[in-house]
Amino acid sequence: MIHSFDAVIIGSGLAGLRAAVEVSRQGSVAVLTKLYPTRSHSTAAQGGIGAALGNEEPDRPEWHFYDTAKGGDFLGDQDAIEVMCEDAIRTIIELEHLGVPFSRTPEGKIAQRKFGGHTREFGSAPVRRACYSADRTGHAIMFALFEQCGRQGVQFFKEFHVIDIAIEKNRCTGVIALEILTGEIHLFTAEAVLVASGGYGKVFKTTSNAHASTGDCLGILADKGIPLEDMEFFQFHPTGLYGLGILITEGARGEGGILLNGKGERFMEHYAPTIKDLAPRDMVSRAIITEIREGRGIDGRDYVHLDLTKVDKRIIEERLPEISTFCRIYMGIDPSMAPIPVLPTAHYAMGGIPTDIDGRVLKNEIGDAIEGLFAAGECACVSVHGANRLGCNSLLDTVVFGRRAGIAICDILNKTGRGSVSKESVDRAREAIDTMLRRKGSEKAAVIRKALQQAMMDKCSEFRTENELLSLTEALKGLRERTLEIGLKDKGKRFNTELLEALELNHLISLGELIAHSALQRTESRGAHTREDFPDRDDMNWLKHTLAFKTDKGPVFGYKEVRITRFRPAERKY
Amino acid sequence: MVSGLLKNRNSNEMKKYTFKIKRFDPEIDRQPHWEEFVLEMEDSDRILDGLIKIKDDVDGSLTFRRSCAHGICGSCAMKINGQNRLACQTLMKDLSARNKSAHTAGVAVIIEPLPALEVVKDLVVDMEPFFGMNEKVLPYLINNDPPPERERLQDPKDQKKILQAITCIMCGSCTSACPSYWADKKYLGPSALLKAARFIFDTRDRAFDERLRAVTHTHGLWRCHSIYNCVEVCPKEIDITAYISKLKRAALKKSLRLK
Ligand SMILES: Cc1cc2nc3c(=O)[nH]c(=O)nc-3n(C[C@H](O)[C@H](O)[C@H](O)COP(=O)(O)OP(=O)(O)OC[C@H]3O[C@@H](n4cnc5c(N)ncnc54)[C@H](O)[C@@H]3O)c2cc1C
Ligand code: SF4
Ligand code: FES
Repeated sequence: MIHSFDAVIIGSGLAGLRAAVEVSRQGSVAVLTKLYPTRSHSTAAQGGIGAALGNEEPDRPEWHFYDTAKGGDFLGDQDAIEVMCEDAIRTIIELEHLGVPFSRTPEGKIAQRKFGGHTREFGSAPVRRACYSADRTGHAIMFALFEQCGRQGVQFFKEFHVIDIAIEKNRCTGVIALEILTGEIHLFTAEAVLVASGGYGKVFKTTSNAHASTGDCLGILADKGIPLEDMEFFQFHPTGLYGLGILITEGARGEGGILLNGKGERFMEHYAPTIKDLAPRDMVSRAIITEIREGRGIDGRDYVHLDLTKVDKRIIEERLPEISTFCRIYMGIDPSMAPIPVLPTAHYAMGGIPTDIDGRVLKNEIGDAIEGLFAAGECACVSVHGANRLGCNSLLDTVVFGRRAGIAICDILNKTGRGSVSKESVDRAREAIDTMLRRKGSEKAAVIRKALQQAMMDKCSEFRTENELLSLTEALKGLRERTLEIGLKDKGKRFNTELLEALELNHLISLGELIAHSALQRTESRGAHTREDFPDRDDMNWLKHTLAFKTDKGPVFGYKEVRITRFRPAERKY
Repeated sequence: MVSGLLKNRNSNEMKKYTFKIKRFDPEIDRQPHWEEFVLEMEDSDRILDGLIKIKDDVDGSLTFRRSCAHGICGSCAMKINGQNRLACQTLMKDLSARNKSAHTAGVAVIIEPLPALEVVKDLVVDMEPFFGMNEKVLPYLINNDPPPERERLQDPKDQKKILQAITCIMCGSCTSACPSYWADKKYLGPSALLKAARFIFDTRDRAFDERLRAVTHTHGLWRCHSIYNCVEVCPKEIDITAYISKLKRAALKKSLRLK
């Protein structure tokens, strides 16, 4: 079936929805999503969204700007960071007006709490900057934006799995998707396409990310020769529930929770004397792993404790109800009575599709754009988060840059006309699906996926070395070959999730390769990327963004300067 | 690396479970049928882990929805041992005590799709009718007063009135368990009424009358006979019936006012 819209948006997370709100004021919009819209992983965001509202204590956008640049170990582009932090206040007020039920101060203003790496007066002490709706902030914003989209006539194509993005002669003309229910192929042509397809934490074994976070669209674009930026920077969140990876928000530490090692010591005092447990995530995660490696895990085992027992019970009930429920259900623990066993969990992709500050996708080192193609949210790399994202900056990123991409799309509407997609592209997509269904191989996608996730976890998580990365890239080659032998049991068209998982696996492997190779070539340690064989940050050689191009002969690299406008790189101390 | 050393959470022993799953693929089957899978699982494993294990290791064609795996996206509601629940929020140990049977290996885990919604394939049901009901209650904040420069103020005490209602994850468990919905498929159902309450009792909203009108017709509010099935199954422990009762009181007050 063929559809035609002014704009097509892939993804119904906060980035896609915020863009849809904007574009639907000017033109027709289709949102394609492989899940029911509100099931998108944005709904899992817990702790908060950052803005220097100053509702609880004095705060300023420029402090937010400084913290974000420093938190990202100075790899973030400062023009973009400034745009985000300056726009944050307007953004939050707008969300409130749309109906987001933010938690309130006693005077009825939007309440704010402390979060990792967010400080006042350029690092002097933690500041209350995260606006929240208990510990369900993503869910609260998700529903408000989804409801607004409905009101504005955005058309949702629910459970449509995008399998190709058509780019012909440097212009994006449409999207090809599989309707999950029927197995039918649909073609969407449009004047503009926005990719807002979220993160890809499922390349790792232990992750806070959803099963759907598989980065399909990044894989599709990489196959088309579009580079992916800064893929070596993947954030491990310090506090995942032990054994499960389910997230316990940084807000738990923002409300007074502390980390303890096996000796009962508050070890973050040694690693970040000023802001301690509220240091940026890369530092806290490394500290936890270091404690464990040096034998100071709980009972010498591989986890530490997040202790909320000294936090006022009422605060836990009112502001952290969701994570308390997780602890109760999955661990059998009441966090106000007993400490929570935690271990870092793969959480957030700093790297992604390179864009300018208006979401235009850039295809090379000098910043040439692909016409009609935009990206926003976790799948994009603007880059505001640099080498390490600060907590509560991602939700902000999704709505600020989702809106900006939406405005930029409105600007081009009715200029070039809707493009067309060649019949061959559609045939090719259909053929790829049919081949997959026909193949009689003996491999299972699930088995290969697990091997990938385990290998990435073992060799490419918080600490990395050349030897391990080399062996990882070899292992990935083997996994890729095995995918050719995958045979599906389900040969049907209708709701074939086994087929979808096999499609996702191909992209997961591509992303694994790009992460591993990007990590291998960056011979320094910066933010979330720690090379044990190159433990220092090396601004002389590496104050630059990586662009990884996927080619038949393996990844090829290019580089882009970091835009530094205000804060010169300095040693990162907290 | 350390994360790779990750051991099983509680290093519990494995126990035997028989998953009895109601399967139906309209492309192949004329009728639903039951299939059994025997699995070794730990007490602390989720039902969802079991389903994934079956799909990954035994039968790739087993079909169900899932995404977040920790009870926040609402994808995985299904009927488990007779009750609508989230597969990712129900642990093996929640089932162990009951359901031992001489006929199956270990503990029986009986899984069916959500009742009262059409089956698409295996455990996947058509959620469109369910989501469609929501759209009928004007599910968005309506307030045409010129917005202030900053946030609209809201007393935390006022916000308390909607705090539970805003936590709904649209899993469908409630409506699917509601006898009034079984009897009248045009009935808005608990979840849509909850959504209406979420806005009607939000002090920032100004569409009280309009929205009340949207829920007081023949297929609305008064179909609820306080049977509490919804409350019993809601994975977010929302007191849905209490919200519906408040709506009923508000509707009564309004009709008295009109007379
Ligand atoms: C547990 C958790 C807690 C978090 N807490 C916070 C927090 O407190 N504060 C903060 O700032 N950040 C937080 N984050 C990070 C933040 O939530 C995410 O980075 C952000 O929500 C991503 O939004 P998105 O719109 O980019 O993507 P998502 O919300 O992930 O949406 C992706 C969308 O793309 C669609 N999609 C993907 N592939 C396809 C395809 N092939 N075809 C069709 N559709 C497709 C999906 O269906 C989905 O709709 C948290 C993250 C996690 C995992
Ligand atoms: S009210 Fe409860 S049971 Fe009903 S849809 Fe919402 S979360 Fe699910
Ligand atoms: S998978 Fe999200 S609620 Fe169960």
